[in-house]
Amino acid sequence: MSTKTATVPALRVQKTHLTIALAGNPNAGKSSLFNLLTGLNQKVGNYPGVTVDRKTGKSTLAKGVTAEIIDLPGTYSMYPRSNDEQVVTDVLLNHHNPQYPDAVVVVADLNNLERNLLLFTQIQDLGIPTVLVLNMADLAHKRGLKIDVSRLSQAFGNVPVVKMNARVGQGVDELKEVLQTTISKSTTPFYEVYPLAPEPIAEIKHQFKCQTYYEAYQLLQHHSFLKFLTGAEKAQLVQLSAQSKLNLSALQIEETKARYQHIQSILDEVLILPDESNSTPLSEKIDKIVTHKVWGYLIFFSILFLVFQAIFAWAETPMDLIDVTFSQLSELVKNNLPAGVLTNLLAEGILPGIGGIVIFVPQIAILFIFIAILEETGYMARVVFLMDKIMRKVGLNGRSVVPLISGLACAVPAIMATRSIDNWKDRLITIFVTPFMSCSARLPVYTILIALVVPDKPLWGFINLQGLTLMGMYLLGFLAAMLSALAMKYIIRAQKSGFLVMELPTYRWPRWGNVLMAALEKSKTFVFEAGKVILAVSIVLWVLASYGPDNRMEEAAQKFTAQHQGDVNIENDLASVRLSNSYAGILGKWIEPAIRPLGYDWKIGIALVTSFAAREVFVGTMATLYSVGADFNDDSTIKSRMRSEVNPETGGPRYTLAVAFSLLVFYAFAMQCMSTVAIVYRETNGWKWPIIQTVYMTALAYVSALIIFQTLS
Amino acid sequence: MKTLDQLKPGERGLIANITSSDLTIKLLEMGLLPGKTVRFNFRAPFGDPVSIQISGYSLSLRLDEAHLIELA
Repeated sequence: MSTKTATVPALRVQKTHLTIALAGNPNAGKSSLFNLLTGLNQKVGNYPGVTVDRKTGKSTLAKGVTAEIIDLPGTYSMYPRSNDEQVVTDVLLNHHNPQYPDAVVVVADLNNLERNLLLFTQIQDLGIPTVLVLNMADLAHKRGLKIDVSRLSQAFGNVPVVKMNARVGQGVDELKEVLQTTISKSTTPFYEVYPLAPEPIAEIKHQFKCQTYYEAYQLLQHHSFLKFLTGAEKAQLVQLSAQSKLNLSALQIEETKARYQHIQSILDEVLILPDESNSTPLSEKIDKIVTHKVWGYLIFFSILFLVFQAIFAWAETPMDLIDVTFSQLSELVKNNLPAGVLTNLLAEGILPGIGGIVIFVPQIAILFIFIAILEETGYMARVVFLMDKIMRKVGLNGRSVVPLISGLACAVPAIMATRSIDNWKDRLITIFVTPFMSCSARLPVYTILIALVVPDKPLWGFINLQGLTLMGMYLLGFLAAMLSALAMKYIIRAQKSGFLVMELPTYRWPRWGNVLMAALEKSKTFVFEAGKVILAVSIVLWVLASYGPDNRMEEAAQKFTAQHQGDVNIENDLASVRLSNSYAGILGKWIEPAIRPLGYDWKIGIALVTSFAAREVFVGTMATLYSVGADFNDDSTIKSRMRSEVNPETGGPRYTLAVAFSLLVFYAFAMQCMSTVAIVYRETNGWKWPIIQTVYMTALAYVSALIIFQTLS
Repeated sequence: MKTLDQLKPGERGLIANITSSDLTIKLLEMGLLPGKTVRFNFRAPFGDPVSIQISGYSLSLRLDEAHLIELA
């Protein structure tokens, strides 16, 4: 191994637009720095082929010098374990990519320098110009830590070192200045990798035109997942590694140990750590309480309750406001544009469709404000610590708890929240089972059906039967989620064995800028990504409910008007006639044979079709079908109308106990939510999982409803 | 041989070796290196996972992961 390092001036020509990548360990303060550098000029996309956020932003370093900043996912080394970490390796090895960084800023927590430097030395050895940021310097100095920055820089090939407190913005100007100067790259590697496998490494360096031996060696290690390699290139790398009979993981271990040894010997010279053996840090005192077997769970469930309440209650006002605004907009369009198909499409299809997307924003924003606070403070890691053992029993992860509970409000933000689960299998299972949790859109369906058939009488004097049934429905959803997770645990094969090995970061106050940025970014992502699918489906559903084959709707309506000449207030009846003769009505009649065993008629069939837009549409469709009018004031009219509906076959009521419970169970299990389908499509990066999930949930709903109806009737 | 999962809260140990597994590289990267002193902080309420102190920071490990850390 070389101990001497030298530098040459970089060959980079002075550019006015630079590409800078930020890399570093999780919790090192990378996102704070990213937000400081880019402010609101951020874009979040996806890396091609994987569901990993690709965060980029523009930063002005000085007058006339701008930089594209790429915020790479947090990672501990160049040996990735998760999709997020693979992205880092993929970006840093692909120097044919136009986005390949001119320089990498490695953000290191000064309080934890040794571990943070491992990644730094690996990136430096790839031959990329590197800057080292020592973050959280204030905290480190307060603890009594001392560091000789110039000797540290010398020991790492004269790398530019910037001390920083990204939380308050200290050191950012200095970093900008450093980035404008020509950053030299280290010429002598920190770790000499060549002797590990001389022949293949030299061969790859030559063939792939690598800058350094270490880059060549990294290609050898990672060819299986690197996305930029062609099939032929991969085959070549496979052959080279087979020829030399290398044990690649043994080499990784040897490299890591050697790097740490060298890092330690340098830090022994330049770093003085405070003696803290006799004091208990504040974080440890907090941990005693928040991971306590009683207080820990009490605090955790109180926080969950608060989050749940917030999504449920605080989002209501803005959601109502959005609802009213969009229906007024529709009204405005209808009254001011010439009547016709296009106006109808705009007023009844497109505008309500967009409204149906925007209405999710308050819930998404609120949930992600809470999640960002939990992450920023370091509490989320403790949640995982508390819940890991319990959740693992059903194939889930400690990080699955927050998405699952959020699913009680709405599955859409909940599924977006699963990005924090780094193990793909655990994440997939969580996405798969979250829609079983009884979301708020099920509530109107549940309450109306329960009120129809369950007597509003107290049991044993104090238990309300209706309330008990409602609780049973929530429990049923939870059980379906847990049992499905358990089943999937054995069905899905994992690519890599699951593990915990997780840092418990020091507690900190959240940085509110980061919190708001997270909420903003998630809302934007939802509106622009999942929104497309939702808008398309809602327009299709609108067409189905508003048009029929030939002139069927018009003819039926005319016939009805002729029969009821002289009657007043037939508008609501007309709406019902129209809907029955629309494509949706025909679809409802067409599926009648399939749903008859569940106790449903074609009218319920229509409601099943239209409520695929969202479950609560069931109530509105019922109102139209039973001619109550769409703007009914309270549930009691529609309830009494449904109660008096007669089943022509039995002569008794249509909504018997058996039918109502069959419907309840159907709505508990069936997917019936296009927004969830759209978000699962986005979060799993394809149609495979949303289709499997929809088929599974619908099948489970069908079979359960069948069993319920047949046993109860 | 004594392993990390056998320590009691507050006890310290010297890492001698990491039992070979596909997690070895991950454990080394997190700073669990032979020759380092590790302290057992506390267990989660159901006994698993556990929190340990290594190179000045807290790390949580499942019991079967802590079992891979051999102590001198």
